[in-house]
Amino acid sequence: MISKKGWDRIYERLLTVPSLIVVSVFISMFAFLIYRSLPILESKSLGHILLSSRWNPDRGSFGLFPMIIGTILVTVIAMVIAVPISIFSAIYISEYAPRSVKSTIKSIIDVLAGIPSVVYGMCAILVLVPLVSDHVGPFFGVDTTGYSVLTAGITLSVMIFPIIISICVEAFQSVPLTLREASLTLGATKWETVKYVVFRKASPSVYSSILLGFGRAFGETMAVAMVIGNLPFVPRSVFSPATTIPAIIATTYGEMMSLPLFDSAIMFSALLLLIIVVIFNILAKVVIMKYSR
Amino acid sequence: MTDNKENRIVTKDLNVWIGKNHILKDVNIGIPPRGITVILGPSGCGKTTLLKTFNRLIDLVDGVKVRGTVLLDGTDVYHNTQDIEGVRKKMGLLCQRPTPLPMSIYDNVIYGLWVHGERSRKALDRKAEIYLKKVGLWAEVHDRLTDPATKLSLGQQQRLCLARGLAVEPEVILCDEPTSALDPTSSRKIENMLRELKSVYTIVLVTHTLRLAELLADHVIFIYGGRVVEQGDADQVFNNPTKKLTKAFMVGEIS
Ligand SMILES: Nc1ncnc2c1ncn2[C@@H]1O[C@H](COP(=O)(O)OP(=O)(O)OP(=O)(O)O)[C@@H](O)[C@H]1O
Ligand SMILES: [Mg+2]
Repeated sequence: MISKKGWDRIYERLLTVPSLIVVSVFISMFAFLIYRSLPILESKSLGHILLSSRWNPDRGSFGLFPMIIGTILVTVIAMVIAVPISIFSAIYISEYAPRSVKSTIKSIIDVLAGIPSVVYGMCAILVLVPLVSDHVGPFFGVDTTGYSVLTAGITLSVMIFPIIISICVEAFQSVPLTLREASLTLGATKWETVKYVVFRKASPSVYSSILLGFGRAFGETMAVAMVIGNLPFVPRSVFSPATTIPAIIATTYGEMMSLPLFDSAIMFSALLLLIIVVIFNILAKVVIMKYSR
Repeated sequence: MTDNKENRIVTKDLNVWIGKNHILKDVNIGIPPRGITVILGPSGCGKTTLLKTFNRLIDLVDGVKVRGTVLLDGTDVYHNTQDIEGVRKKMGLLCQRPTPLPMSIYDNVIYGLWVHGERSRKALDRKAEIYLKKVGLWAEVHDRLTDPATKLSLGQQQRLCLARGLAVEPEVILCDEPTSALDPTSSRKIENMLRELKSVYTIVLVTHTLRLAELLADHVIFIYGGRVVEQGDADQVFNNPTKKLTKAFMVGEIS
């Protein structure tokens, strides 16, 4: 017979297994990527890999600078578009929308969050690419195919709306009624109350939603690869084609096997992505901890 | 009492429904401009609801329906063209639990002034000091005005809320069980402050505890089940209640 206490101990042991698996998967991924990145790191300096704009694997040039710039540009465009629009729509949904509208919009947003990225990519090819090549580009006097940094950024922004909106709506709605009342009884208007009290009270969650959106934009592969044009050059403008770190990994995988250094360079890109995501998560934790005293 | 022209707040045939619940029934009361008027009654009888109809905080409640009239200094609070912010500014509210806004101690005190357009640093500093002194908080917090207000103790937070309310220079102070969440010492401080303030402000205090009512009331409105049972001077209501229900409540038979 095993005593009650004995069972308790057994469960405790058993329950640590899943987390051990998760942790060891993460560590072995990291170790594997480092191991496979070694050849490129031994033959080229880190500075060269990160800062050289020449990506020409056949000739032995493995500069990742174009992809790094592409990734940053696309992410920044996505955030610049998504953050204000998402926050204002979250404010509308949470504070101003009538009840029926509120629940409808909320379920639409839940659906949006669940749509696979390849669908966003397809819609972007069908709608956004022609729009950029036929209207937006010409408006600014630029000749573009529509497969561009801007197109990828806009596509990404649409993909992160639901993340930021749903977290913010949740956060705004959880601000207690008594706080709103306190502000209103002092004679503040509804907008002042939203701006100074609701928004401020919810700000830690707002920041964390932005960081989550950022993480999504940064790592998104499929939709970006479909509309960015996939050319490994530093883009001359937002209307130029480019590529990103995730996109270069996805689009060159398979053709790289024959060249050992090429393989290693791609592994290093993946490692870079992983490191940045980890740093980003740590940063997010710190920021949130600092703001939610 | 209701027909007295001197009354600051008057309700006429006030009825409030929340959803299908009829919460307040034919409430006709008058609140005199000086002294403390205690709205007394057992839990759930509609005291908070009544208080919130005065400054239209009731508007925030989903599915609420208000019929009848609420007059503040003779003007209809529920009139279409009523400036709601103006009405609310005239009536400070002190809640059961302190409600520090998510900002510093200093910003809490000047919040009302700020939203009403005061931008002069000097004036704001001066007001912050005046009102923190008025509630006896200045000595305790003057060297940490930029700390978040939530770092204060509950009792201090409640006094901060009072200071914040007084800073917008209201004429009426509405208090909803302002001491029930506080320790005895902090409660005493708030009670004493209300007593001091009653010569300048109209004070309406909501409570279900007889002890507090007896301690502070100049006028009493006794409510039971959403209806006004009895209202009048504290002396008369406490010592010579005319209604059976009031008597029963005074001796603790109902609560
Ligand atoms: N938002 C609401 N939705 C539905 N019913 C409500 C709402 N607010 C209050 N009520 C109901 O209205 C009645 C009166 O509530 P109210 O809060 O005014 O009572 P109270 O006298 O302040 O009680 P207490 O002394 O416990 O604070 C209660 O029966 C309560 O259930
Ligand atoms: Mg109440």
